[in-house]
Amino acid sequence: MEPLERYASLLSDFDAFRAACERPLPSVVRVNTLKASVERAREALDAEGVAYEAADWHPGIFRLEERGPGTSWPYFHGWLHGQEEVSALPALALDPRPGEVVWDACAAPGSKTTQIADLMDDTGVLVGNDNNLGRLSALRHNAERLGVTNLAVTNQDARNFSFKPFGDRTDADDRIEAFDRALVDAPCSCEGTIRKNPDALDRWSLEQIKGIVGIQKGILRRAIQATKPGGTVVYSTCTFAPEENEAVLDHVLEEEDCEMRPWDAPDGFETDPGITEWDGERFDSAVELAHRVYPHRNDTGGFFCAKLEVTA
Amino acid sequence: MSDRERDAGDDGDVGAGTPSEDPPTNDGQRFDRLPETADDRVVPGRPTREEVVGWWEQRYEVPPETWDGHTFWEKGNGKIWAFAAEVVTPIDVEGLGMRILRARQEHWKPSTNAVQRFGREATKNVVVLDAEEATTFAKGEDQELPRWEGDWGYVIAAHDIAGEVEPIGVGLYLHGELRSTVPKGRREDLS
Repeated sequence: MEPLERYASLLSDFDAFRAACERPLPSVVRVNTLKASVERAREALDAEGVAYEAADWHPGIFRLEERGPGTSWPYFHGWLHGQEEVSALPALALDPRPGEVVWDACAAPGSKTTQIADLMDDTGVLVGNDNNLGRLSALRHNAERLGVTNLAVTNQDARNFSFKPFGDRTDADDRIEAFDRALVDAPCSCEGTIRKNPDALDRWSLEQIKGIVGIQKGILRRAIQATKPGGTVVYSTCTFAPEENEAVLDHVLEEEDCEMRPWDAPDGFETDPGITEWDGERFDSAVELAHRVYPHRNDTGGFFCAKLEVTA
Repeated sequence: MSDRERDAGDDGDVGAGTPSEDPPTNDGQRFDRLPETADDRVVPGRPTREEVVGWWEQRYEVPPETWDGHTFWEKGNGKIWAFAAEVVTPIDVEGLGMRILRARQEHWKPSTNAVQRFGREATKNVVVLDAEEATTFAKGEDQELPRWEGDWGYVIAAHDIAGEVEPIGVGLYLHGELRSTVPKGRREDLS
């Protein structure tokens, strides 16, 4: 918990923040509307006597009162997917449309990927990439269990993502050479998962963060380059560290053709703006449009989410 | 039906033919689009789109238009995938949509995931189980089911949930017994 002490200067109610970080998270499921409506999922849970409460900011996200999501008929049918509540934010910010070509740069194990597929009505092309071959089987398993059929799974280093498998620089009619939207849910120091993994901070160090930052910048830059002008790129992490959040945005705003875009978090979900100064460093003032999610605001894990538009 | 067919993994990783059985032009490492009809076929033994759509219709009365939005692909020996868009062929990716079927064997076998997603359209060879039978099936256990009067072979096991019949998975009906082919990673004790 000690690494979190450095955020005391950001929060007037730091004690509430620290207390929330010490509470375990409730078990949460998202309704997969590719297979069942929210009403039908509710009906099935009610029939089995599974107690739950819908999040007040999202009708298809249920906080379960007791057992995990794996042992109920609606879960067996792929109507539900266990997903941490706060991690439903980036797909909503991405706002993908049916028929688009969308990239999830760090997709495994696929909670956000399958939510994106759901928002696309399982049409268009969703490219789910992960550099970790071992985690790809979880991504495929989850996607197929949820009935997703618009997902192409790739195993590339996202920093150098190539469209070659998709017919880039050929005259094929069906080639893909750019994305309409991209999500970079970056590997990070995971400070915000402390409620789920009490040992999340055991190996925390500033050195480790500095190492990850290079990867985060590389992936986000590639996502901006690979997305069409006018397209949307969402950057998210599950950490509070400004080095991995606002500083990464500041870097790409400087280096790539992109701008921050305002995005309103859902009604009833409280976030804090991105910070423009940290540890003696000043960031582009536009990073204020990003969203910091602190655990005590909505009783969730910690998170960071920003929306960018590609300008050229 | 041979044991190999019965056990030809629902999740696809067992029972693949030995390399020597593969026609030289079927590259198991990439996805190749299925030809529309037999006239378009280049790779020997590769099923056609017409055959795949026809098989679902003939076996389960899944209407052919169910598949209008999907392209069909083969990766590995007889593993057939459905993808929701048009992309270049062949395509060198790790996954492309959903594995729906194992073909290139006498009795084609649908996957659990395909039956859950597309089996709702089926009106034939759907075995509707009662609550106890459905629980047994989801556990992956075989059970006596002498009342079934439909075809033998791969059937769609379903049950009533939230006001409608919903497919659970793929059963193999033989000699009065319904065998569950729910893959190990999907089995649950829902009693």
